[in-house]
Amino acid sequence: MAKSKQRQPLSDGPEWTFELLQSYEQEIARVAAHYRLNTYPNQIEIITAEQMMDAYASVGMPIGYTHWSFGKRFIETEQGYKRGQMGLAYEIVINSDPCIAYLMEENTITMQALVIAHACYGHNSFFKNNYLFKTWTDASSIIDYLVFAKQYISQCERRYGVEEVESILDSCHALMNYGVDRYKRPAHISFKEEQLRQQEREAYLQSQVNDLWRTIPMKPAELKLMADKCFPPEPQENILYFIEKKAPLLELWQREVVRIVRKLGQYFYPQRQTQVMNEGWATFWHYTLLNHLYDEGLLTDRFMLEFLQSHTNVVAQPAYNSPYYSGINPYALGFNMFCDIRRICEHPTDEDRRWFPDIAGSNWLDTLHFAMQNFKDESFISQYLSPNLIRKFKLFSVLDDERQEYLSVSAIHNEQGYHEIRQMLSSQYNLSNNEPNIQVYNVNVNGDRALTLRYIPNHGIPLANSRNEVLKHLHRLWKFDVFLEQMDDDGELKIIAACPEKHAAA
Amino acid sequence: MANFIDRRLNAKGKSTVNRQRFINRYKQQIKKAVSDAVTRRSVTDIDKGEKISIPTRDISEPIFHQGQGGVRERVHPGNDQFTRGDKIERPPAGGGGGSGSGEASDSGEGQDDFVFQISKDEYLELLFEDLELPNLQKNRLNKLVEYQTYRAGYTTDGVPTNINIVRSLRSSLARRTAMTAGKKRELHALEQELTELQNTVGASADRILALKDQIEELKQKIKKVPFIDTFDLRFNNFAKREIPTSQAVMFCLMDVSGSMDQATKDMAKRFYILLYLFLTRTYKNLEVVYIRHHTQAKEVDEHEFFYSQETGGTIVSSALKLMHEIQQKRYPAEEWNIYVAQASDGDNWADDSPLCYQLLEKQILPFVRYFSYIEITNRAHQTLWREYEQLTENFDNMAVRNIRQVEDIYPVFRELFKKQAV
Repeated sequence: MAKSKQRQPLSDGPEWTFELLQSYEQEIARVAAHYRLNTYPNQIEIITAEQMMDAYASVGMPIGYTHWSFGKRFIETEQGYKRGQMGLAYEIVINSDPCIAYLMEENTITMQALVIAHACYGHNSFFKNNYLFKTWTDASSIIDYLVFAKQYISQCERRYGVEEVESILDSCHALMNYGVDRYKRPAHISFKEEQLRQQEREAYLQSQVNDLWRTIPMKPAELKLMADKCFPPEPQENILYFIEKKAPLLELWQREVVRIVRKLGQYFYPQRQTQVMNEGWATFWHYTLLNHLYDEGLLTDRFMLEFLQSHTNVVAQPAYNSPYYSGINPYALGFNMFCDIRRICEHPTDEDRRWFPDIAGSNWLDTLHFAMQNFKDESFISQYLSPNLIRKFKLFSVLDDERQEYLSVSAIHNEQGYHEIRQMLSSQYNLSNNEPNIQVYNVNVNGDRALTLRYIPNHGIPLANSRNEVLKHLHRLWKFDVFLEQMDDDGELKIIAACPEKHAAA
Repeated sequence: MANFIDRRLNAKGKSTVNRQRFINRYKQQIKKAVSDAVTRRSVTDIDKGEKISIPTRDISEPIFHQGQGGVRERVHPGNDQFTRGDKIERPPAGGGGGSGSGEASDSGEGQDDFVFQISKDEYLELLFEDLELPNLQKNRLNKLVEYQTYRAGYTTDGVPTNINIVRSLRSSLARRTAMTAGKKRELHALEQELTELQNTVGASADRILALKDQIEELKQKIKKVPFIDTFDLRFNNFAKREIPTSQAVMFCLMDVSGSMDQATKDMAKRFYILLYLFLTRTYKNLEVVYIRHHTQAKEVDEHEFFYSQETGGTIVSSALKLMHEIQQKRYPAEEWNIYVAQASDGDNWADDSPLCYQLLEKQILPFVRYFSYIEITNRAHQTLWREYEQLTENFDNMAVRNIRQVEDIYPVFRELFKKQAV
């Protein structure tokens, strides 16, 4: 340590050069290795603000198929940026192998170093090691798949017309959140196999819908048996998958388009479930890595001041009554949780020993890696949110029951409240609570092939009015009547939307 | 370990296609916004880009999400006053009261419009979409006067400055190869025979000498084939192509008699500007001639045209006469596309209207591409309108329209230049 203290600090810019970036990157990489951050190789790309807006518009993907909704997003970003309503995020990082991170040209060397530590070592190691990402995404093939998707869609556009393809994509986008398997785990295949399979699939798929088409007459007894049988035999949560495989009238290319959207939905699914952890982890590491470098004497005070200022902005948590309040800041919560875990390991209090007997006093680095690898937001919070942090954030929970006249405070940051708040916050991050539970329930195989979805409300929360619009999209894919029924707590069924609409009145 | 790539020089505008798709998709709404904007704008900035706003609900992408109501429990930070069991007044609906913000499933719908800027080009594109200049094709063929030279391959004939050296030498090489190939083959055979004979003991000396002579003769022949011949010469060929003339002149005629007030002039001005913008899209070189008149006509500059106020009676034919004179003198009809836009409140000295009819029929309409007359008035039409209306029956390059208020201008303009069905 004494020796490293004498090292010459790296230049603090503020202008950056490629050589300087290189040397910062090397130092950060060295320290990251010291903390056992296991990452994909980094590919760091310098881009302009305009290119950053492009990247925004395509949800951060470097290549994407063409669709008007991306144009809309681009216009929104551009307007916001031009009017100065929003700054551009200083980083975008893509879960791929090599891991692609964008640095914006305009940033100072401090910001670039911050982004390198945050994205290229924080997010990157999270992508590589978190169990959700490992099961659901294949970092090595995603770029190839995007290229394939882009080409396939533009091929379809040439062959079948832009409008035709666009309308299918619209419909798929409306159902994109229902294109994931929540419970089943996928089998891994490589991109090459994927391509091979795609061709086989095209030829074979049509035969799969035959169940819906069977017209050979049957004996009455058999008919009765058939009528009793449900199709699909079990409710299907993955609506897009069901459409892809079973929609009777879709053409082969349309099924492939459905599949592409479904695959992308699946790819983003882990990100939506690990927002707090992912950002918290990356923030924790940019903070820890850069402080480590500062302790070694490699960073100047000026650098640290600029760094700390933007770090503080990132992890600021406005209180519920602040005009800036817009929910809990995932950066703040995540960062503080990881810091708190480290504290519990290194300097546990009696309370911590009571609450976390497993980790109090253990090796903090081991514990942190374990936490990063094996949880998602929901389970992470229910496992690791400590009373200390609840007090620090002054968390309280509010019960809003529409049958009551008043909202009521159901728990605050005190001894009786810790467990409740922890459980509440955890379920707040549970996607299955936030996304309506809608499943494919039945197809009238022997009749008009009508498709019925069932909505099971969570805590009596009704479905928003957009359901009618979404159902139109579903109807476009299914092409026969589509119904949406709601099953209330008492088991009563009622149809809450239908397409075409005439049935709703009946 | 890390690989730095400088992407700054890569093409930007990766989103251009997507942006275009978006604009195409919402063309109807955007077009409406554009045509609303035309009348709202001040005249000087009529060709700038435009801010477009579309109601958000029209462009939303619907997804299933949870609605209001039910039982919710949410955690918030920064407790400063509450204890368990406190009752809080329900915040007014729409106030947000801490429900749902920051959640992926909450689409945050609002009543706000989706507002964005389109560029000047896009604006004009939309403004003049589906419009075309009438009578363009019909007259085009017999009015071609300008020529443009362009390269048109090679010829065997031409002036020395146009010699194409590469082509000439290529054909020279081909000719030489063709003319000497047989002889060279023969020469080769003879030389081979000679060497054989020379290596054979007891060969006939005569035969050798004869061979040598033959070889010499052949060599001479080969040498005599000229390196370059007039036959080889190739010349760059230039051809002339007729191009439709791309210059146009627009005559603006306006009545400035006392009955035309500032508001009426402003409407006329908007119309002129629309026409001007529209013509600039077709013609590279567009000139504008302003003629104003009361009882006498006068050519003026733009400022005087729109802003000086004079009173007096109205004799429309004076303006037509002046326009005809200027056209004859400066803008011969073979070289210029002539457009005339006349605006008036319809007042004319009654005896003058038949004269206008004569002038237009004989001298003006045969030469102009398009003559549009707009009458800005709320009153009944007078003689001028009736005379002009008669003309439209015989001339399809004449149009007469009535404008009552500012909102009429753009629709009338569109009507005048609507794309004709083929």
